[in-house]
Amino acid sequence: MNPAVALQVHQITKGFGKGTARTLALKGADLTGQLGELQLIVGPSGCGKTTLLSIIAGTLVPDSGSVTVLGHDLTQMRQGRITDFRRRHIGFIFQQFNLIPTLNLIENASVPLLLNGLSRAKAERAAQAMLDIVGLAQRGKSYPRELSGGQQQRVAIARAMVHNPSLIICDEPTSALDRDTGHQVMELLQAVARKPDRAVVVVTHDPRVYAFADRIAEMEDGRVLSNQPAVPGQLNLVNG
Amino acid sequence: MFHLALKMLVGDRAKFTMLLGGLFFAALLMTQQCAIFIGLLSWTTSHLSNIRAKVWVVEAKVEQVNELKPLRDTDVSRVRSIPGVAWAVPLYVGILQARLNDGNFKPILCVGLDSASLVGRPATILSGRLEDIRLPNSVIIDDLALQRLKIPGTPPLKVGDTFEINDREARIVAICKSDRAFYGYPYVFTTYDQALQFAPLQRKMLSAVLVEPSQGHTPQETADLINASLTGLHAWPEDKFLWDTIFWYFKNTGIPISFGTTILLGLIVGVAISGQTFYSFVLENLRNLGALKAMGASDLKLASMLLCQVMTVGFLGYGLGMGAAAAFGAVAAQRGNPPFLLPWQLVVGVLALILLICLASATLAIIKVRRIEPAIVFRG
Ligand SMILES: Nc1ncnc2c1ncn2[C@@H]1O[C@H](COP(=O)(O)OP(=O)(O)OP(=O)(O)O)[C@@H](O)[C@H]1O
Ligand SMILES: [Mg+2]
Repeated sequence: MNPAVALQVHQITKGFGKGTARTLALKGADLTGQLGELQLIVGPSGCGKTTLLSIIAGTLVPDSGSVTVLGHDLTQMRQGRITDFRRRHIGFIFQQFNLIPTLNLIENASVPLLLNGLSRAKAERAAQAMLDIVGLAQRGKSYPRELSGGQQQRVAIARAMVHNPSLIICDEPTSALDRDTGHQVMELLQAVARKPDRAVVVVTHDPRVYAFADRIAEMEDGRVLSNQPAVPGQLNLVNG
Repeated sequence: MFHLALKMLVGDRAKFTMLLGGLFFAALLMTQQCAIFIGLLSWTTSHLSNIRAKVWVVEAKVEQVNELKPLRDTDVSRVRSIPGVAWAVPLYVGILQARLNDGNFKPILCVGLDSASLVGRPATILSGRLEDIRLPNSVIIDDLALQRLKIPGTPPLKVGDTFEINDREARIVAICKSDRAFYGYPYVFTTYDQALQFAPLQRKMLSAVLVEPSQGHTPQETADLINASLTGLHAWPEDKFLWDTIFWYFKNTGIPISFGTTILLGLIVGVAISGQTFYSFVLENLRNLGALKAMGASDLKLASMLLCQVMTVGFLGYGLGMGAAAAFGAVAAQRGNPPFLLPWQLVVGVLALILLICLASATLAIIKVRRIEPAIVFRG
């Protein structure tokens, strides 16, 4: 396998519900992604972006098809192994930040390390260092509610990267933020998350995000229509 | 991760307080009610603990120690004739009226002991001399009698003071400690012959025969020998008499029902409040728990976090509840002689029940957490 390949998704299908209420969210989706790239998945609402992202992240099991992430074939792995895989190799950034409100920023950012078995002292030191990087050096003892949305998403970025995962998964990371803040968050993500040995996959609705992409995959109705390197300054979308 | 689990729980002040309060209340209620219950039951066997004989021989129809029926005086020698009996002495127990010097009457539990051996004598003499009980018209009263037989507005009773039982003078020669009786009457010890003079004359006056098994016989064996050869009497080893007495109160009074209800209520309140609160804590944290799952927390990890949370509150609530119950007991003890006993079995038993409540609450929560799809965190 090409060592630069981060993910390879082949003919994925996924349906929800039963009987007449059943909807096919993915109808044979294909996707590849490279290490070192920030890849966008775009498309109209309901086309299956989040579903595809969840399958790549290993939080959702496809009905058929194969998913290889960082060289691991998720469809061949048991649930427990997939959980281990997520814990070690994947960083998550959510639309609603999902910081734990009763924990301060250092504690929030240290969670992935604690889950990976690091001692509290080591985990908090690393979390503090990561908060420094995302520009919240002085706020370690603050609580999420004392922060603006943009700041909270920075904490989420710190949390997603603190255990140095190879794949960072973001679902609509900017859609709960205003324009400028969204821009700042994407800048930060591009600056700190995009590394030669790491892939970043971002699902978005937000056209302003396109400028940060190395590659853009366009979806429609449960399929990936195109998956091409982004040309700076130009939005080469099928349905642009 | 456990420190974060605890912080998450404590950080939710309202739920934490509710959970702690529920478990505290359950622990307090169960401990306090059980302690009073055990205290009351211990009162029912005070004759046994105060008089201390290995085998009691009583009228055949007697079911428990507080309802002794009279025997013939000759029954003592019948018992003495049985092999397996080292010695046997008469005992009188009866409720008599003490007439105080101000003319008031107070009920007392009069115990008449064999004057040669003084078998059944009080274990602890607080003041005065035990042997003086053999002097004419002499009695030993217990510390409860000090309060009960005291005439308001006069100095406390002491050795040398007198009152009347059935128009006969009773002179206090000693004061003893005794376990309190179920009916709340004070104990007044005297000799058997003296007791017969205090008590209204009846055809049969003997209440029980106290027996010491001879060498090589257990109390049970001696009792069996007596029961095999004598009719109209029944011999009880002390511990059997004790448990049958307690059991009698279980069967024949409303005490177990009323306490059982309260104790059950404590358990239900504990389960309901803590189970419900903890469950809603989990429901409110579904998103956070889902995020943790997405980030790779296994079900086992999350379950152990939930257990850690609930067990911590359990131990806290238990400690506070047990402390409060013990404090209640101490305060009550200062104000009188309440039925309150806190044996270690109760301390451990309530802990077990509280932890059981916690386990039940955690199980509910864990079932819920197992069902969380980590993918929910991507849904708006
Ligand atoms: N858990 C679910 N249960 C039932 N249907 C679902 C579930 N998840 C997704 N769907 C359906 O699958 C389809 C694809 O959903 P998905 O969330 O992947 O779309 P999306 O591209 O992320 O949309 P959006 O841009 O609005 O977030 C939709 O029709 C949706 O209603
Ligand atoms: Mg979506």
